[in-house]
Amino acid sequence: MNLFSRHKNAVVLATVLLAQLLALAVQVKRQTAEGPVRLIRFVAINGLAPFERVLIYVGEGVRGTWGNYIDLRNVRRENQQLRAEADQMRLDRAREQEDSRQARRIQALLQFKEQWIDTTVAAQVIGTSGTENSRLLYLDKGSSDGIKVDQPVITPDGVAGKILGVFGPHISQVLLINDSTSGVGATLVKSRLQGIVKGTAMGEVTLNYIMGDESVQPGEQLVTSGGDKVFPRGLVLGTVSKVSMGRDLFLNVKVKPAADLNRLEEVLVITSQKQREPDVAGLGPIRASDILSQHLPGVPQAQPPAPAQNGAQAPAASTPGAPQAAQVQSAPQSSTPKSAASMQQTQPAQHTAQSSSSPVKSPSQSTPHGASASTPHQNTNAGQSASPKTPAKPAATTTPAASEGTNPR
Amino acid sequence: MRTERLSYTSREQVDVYRFSWPVSVGLPFLMVLQAFLPVRLPFLRVFDFGLLLTIFFAVSRRSQVSGLLTGAAIGLLQDGLTNTPFGVFGIAKTLVGYGASSIGIKIDVENPGSRFLLTFMFYALHLAVVLTTERWLMGQHVHFNLGHEAGAAVVNSVMAVFLFAGLSRFKIRD
Repeated sequence: MNLFSRHKNAVVLATVLLAQLLALAVQVKRQTAEGPVRLIRFVAINGLAPFERVLIYVGEGVRGTWGNYIDLRNVRRENQQLRAEADQMRLDRAREQEDSRQARRIQALLQFKEQWIDTTVAAQVIGTSGTENSRLLYLDKGSSDGIKVDQPVITPDGVAGKILGVFGPHISQVLLINDSTSGVGATLVKSRLQGIVKGTAMGEVTLNYIMGDESVQPGEQLVTSGGDKVFPRGLVLGTVSKVSMGRDLFLNVKVKPAADLNRLEEVLVITSQKQREPDVAGLGPIRASDILSQHLPGVPQAQPPAPAQNGAQAPAASTPGAPQAAQVQSAPQSSTPKSAASMQQTQPAQHTAQSSSSPVKSPSQSTPHGASASTPHQNTNAGQSASPKTPAKPAATTTPAASEGTNPR
Repeated sequence: MRTERLSYTSREQVDVYRFSWPVSVGLPFLMVLQAFLPVRLPFLRVFDFGLLLTIFFAVSRRSQVSGLLTGAAIGLLQDGLTNTPFGVFGIAKTLVGYGASSIGIKIDVENPGSRFLLTFMFYALHLAVVLTTERWLMGQHVHFNLGHEAGAAVVNSVMAVFLFAGLSRFKIRD
C-alpha cells in the first residue's frame, strides 16, 4: 500500500498504458506469413513459443536418436517405395495441372460477366479524420440511403475511395485511395499492365507491382481493373506522373489521382452494380485478325496523286477530319460492328462513354480508332447511372471518323 | 488549497491552475472541429490540436494523473475518428500528458519560448510513439518523411504559442 501511494502517478500511468495496450492487442490483427493473427494471440504465442520449442527439441532429440537406429534397418526398402510413389505423384500432378488449366479456360468462357453501374447516391462530405495519418472522409449519407461497406465512391473526375464503415442512418466513412491502407486493382490503359494502386503515409498515390523491365510512360492513364471485386472495371483512377526504378524488382510509379482528393465536397456512392452475361449470340466466330486490328493502327492506303487543277485540292487535304477518316477507311476490319462488339466483350466499361465528364471512361476510348464509342451496348445502358453529373450522351463520343469508318458486314 | 512549487529555471513559485468544468469538457471537443474544417481548408490537417490541448492542460494543472488521463481521453477520441485501432493515439497522448505535466512541475512554461520548445519536443515524442506502435506493435510498413514532420513540428509549436496565450484566459488559479 505504501509502495502504491509513493508511486501513485507511475502506477496510474502504467495502468492506463497497459489497458490501452491490451485494447490495441485485442483489435489489431498482425500480418504473418499464414495470414492475419490478433496481436494478443501473436504476443502470447511468441512469448510461449521459445519454451515450447525447447521442449520439442529435447523430445525430438531423444526420440530421433532412438528412431534413427531403428529406421536405418528398413531405410533402403522404404526409399524404393517412396521413389515409386513420387514418380506416380509427378504424373498425377501433371495431369491435374492440365485439368486445372482447362477448367480455368472453360470458366473464363462460361462465367465471364460484365459489371455495370446501376445506381448511385450523391453525398455531401461533412468531415475528415483530422489527422494526416489516415485519409478518411465522413459522408452525410448512411444506411437509410442504401450505403453499405465496400461500395465504391467516385467523383465526376475519377475514383475517390470506398465505403469503410456505416455508422448510422445518415453517416458513413470513406477510405480514400491515398490512404496507406487502401488498395485498388488498376490497369494501365495503353500497356494493359496491371498493378495495385495504393496510398502512402504522405497521402500520395502509387502504382505497385509493375515489374522493372516493363515500360511505363508518364501521362499514361490508369483505370480500375475490377480485380478487387469492389470497383467496376474502367473507372478512371488517374495518370502516371513519375516513373523510376525501385530498390526491388518493381518500378516506382507515382500517380496523380484524377479526383482532387484534398478538396472533395460532393461525391457519388455506387450503391449497386449489375452483372450481365456478355451477349455473344450473334457474334459468330471472332477471328484473331479482328482483335489485333483493334490494337494496331491501320496503315493508310496510298492515295493516288491528286490532279493539279487550278489550285483545287482534294477534300481530304482541306478538312481537318479527313486524314483520320482516310485512315479508318483504310482499315475496314477495325471498324466493323463485329470487332467493335469484341471490344465490348473484353473491355466492359462502355457505359462510361456516356459523357466526357463521367469518371467512367472506357480504355477503348484511347485506342487509335474510336470505333467502339457508339455501340448498341452503350445505347441500352445510357442513363443507367442515377448521377445527375453523368448525363446520358450516347452519341457524344462518336467521332466522324468512327462513324464514317463503320462498315457493316 | 494553493499548491506552490519552485521551478528549476526561474526559481519562482510555480502556480497550479484548474479549469471550470465546461472548459474541461468543452475544449477537448473543440478538437472535433479539426475533423470538419479540413473539408474546406485541407492545410489544417497539419495541426494536431489534440496534442496541443493535451500539453496545455497537462502543464497548467501540473498533475501527472490528470495530465495522463486527459491525454488518454483526447487520444482515444482522436482514434475514434481515424481508421487506426483504438490505442495508437491514446498511448502516445497518455505519455505526452504524463511527460508534459512532469515537466510543468519542474520548469517555467509560461513564456512563449519555453512553450515553443516544449511543444516541439512533445510533437517529436508523440510522433516517435505513434511510429513505434505502428511499426513494432502493429507490424505495419511505416513511411516517415523527416522534412515534412520537422515542418509540422515547427508549425504546431508556433500555433501552440498563440493558442496557449488565448487559452490561458480560461485558467483559474488554484
